[in-house]
Amino acid sequence: MSVSEMFITLQGVLTADQDIREEIRKVVQTLEQTAREILTLLQGVHQGAGFQDIPKKCLKAREHFGAVKTQLASLKTKFPADQYYRFHEHWRFVLQRLVFLAAFVVYLETETLVTREAVTEILGIEADRERGFHLDIEDYLSGILTLASELSRLAVNSVTAGDYSRPLRISTFINELDSGFRLLNLKNDSLRKRYDGLKYDVKKIEEVVYDLSIRGLSKEAASDVGGEK
Amino acid sequence: MSSKEGSGGFRKRKHDNFAHGQRKDEKDNVNSSSSLMVSFKSFQLELDTRHDKYERLVKLSRDITIESKRTIFLLHRITSDPNGEEILNESEAKLEAVRQKIKQVAQELIGEDMYQFHRAISPGLQEYVEAVSFQYFIKTRSLISVKEINKQLIFTMEDKEEETNTPSSNPYDKQLCTWSLKVTPVDYLLGVADLTGELMRMCINSVGNGDIDTPFELSQFLRQIYDGFSYIGNTGPYEVSKKLYTLKQSLAKVENACYTLKVRGSEIPKHMLADVFSTKAEMIDREEGLS
Repeated sequence: MSVSEMFITLQGVLTADQDIREEIRKVVQTLEQTAREILTLLQGVHQGAGFQDIPKKCLKAREHFGAVKTQLASLKTKFPADQYYRFHEHWRFVLQRLVFLAAFVVYLETETLVTREAVTEILGIEADRERGFHLDIEDYLSGILTLASELSRLAVNSVTAGDYSRPLRISTFINELDSGFRLLNLKNDSLRKRYDGLKYDVKKIEEVVYDLSIRGLSKEAASDVGGEK
Repeated sequence: MSSKEGSGGFRKRKHDNFAHGQRKDEKDNVNSSSSLMVSFKSFQLELDTRHDKYERLVKLSRDITIESKRTIFLLHRITSDPNGEEILNESEAKLEAVRQKIKQVAQELIGEDMYQFHRAISPGLQEYVEAVSFQYFIKTRSLISVKEINKQLIFTMEDKEEETNTPSSNPYDKQLCTWSLKVTPVDYLLGVADLTGELMRMCINSVGNGDIDTPFELSQFLRQIYDGFSYIGNTGPYEVSKKLYTLKQSLAKVENACYTLKVRGSEIPKHMLADVFSTKAEMIDREEGLS
């Protein structure tokens, strides 16, 4: 085989590669579009009036996740199943965003942390690598960290809207999340950088709780919570 | 008030307030057996396993790099050594040792997605491609193909226990009871691009040794490779286009050497050719002395 023949073969391989990437990019664009729509929906909870119909917003968001499922299903067909990590970079960002959105919906509904398995169910993908298109653990954790900063924002806005008990609940939740992340030994990568931002979210929420308690508002809230129980 | 003071003040103020007390309770309340903590413990395990594997692969890759480099240096001695055969045998032994290392890499990657750890092993593989293709060129004066390289990287299963519990991602690997590591086309290309640098050195060395034929062979071969890379151009990944610039420089050096040989080779005695390529300034003086 001559040198030029070899390079012609290689060129064919590279072109085929580029075609796959192009296809993937198209699907990822539609995914990003859907993710933006869901985010816009959920952003409504930050507005004063938004606190009343949170369940309704969550339901709507869950409908949109149906579209996400079909888009992810079509993404699966664009590349060989055993080359997930070869093209991982293309959908990494959008997948993290979708994890965050799913986690946000689940938190608003039940005030618990979504499990990895539950996320994969919402997105219609697999939990472990052997079975096909799956959710990488680092992407899951990144999405959860985005949730933390969103919740610290929600705590601030819920005080503005006059809901004094929510920040206390968020505070408990974030503190538990923080302890969870402290169990992990992270490398110096993007996940680590994002984790370093978590302490600011924790601090922000503590300030909110402090402001409430110093004005006696948290006692009110606490007794409300106690009453509900 | 600086932000530092602010936070300090904040902390001081917090010393005797209810929120702080409550927070402390919460910290204690984080139940180590709650479902969240349990799942995070499993994440810890999973991440640690992954990072450990990655580090092991990086270490192997560095060993492969070092050994391949040494093989290349050894092969460079061929130009000045009459015992070419001996050196080739020695290089073969060295490359076999490198392949043993690659075998360990392949073992680490059984049942894994190779591309997940590709960044850890890629430098080593490129260096190996460089060494193998250099040796192949010295032997046959032609370019080794990806197929040829991958043929040497198929390893047979030694302990049969492993095949039962590792679901290999490549079904045909399982049938043959062998596992292999595939050099990706991009790794191959980058390795070949590095090879051109070695060929350029070989060319200058052979000129130094009064070998008049090798430079011309090399310049032809390099030109073919350069044309190949030009053909690929921008369709390849970014790293490939970056190497193209260096490749151009190497080619220019070799072509200039051939040019000088052609034009002045008949005028200058062979034993002085080395000096011709070492310093230009001296060369001019010398030539004036000669003529």
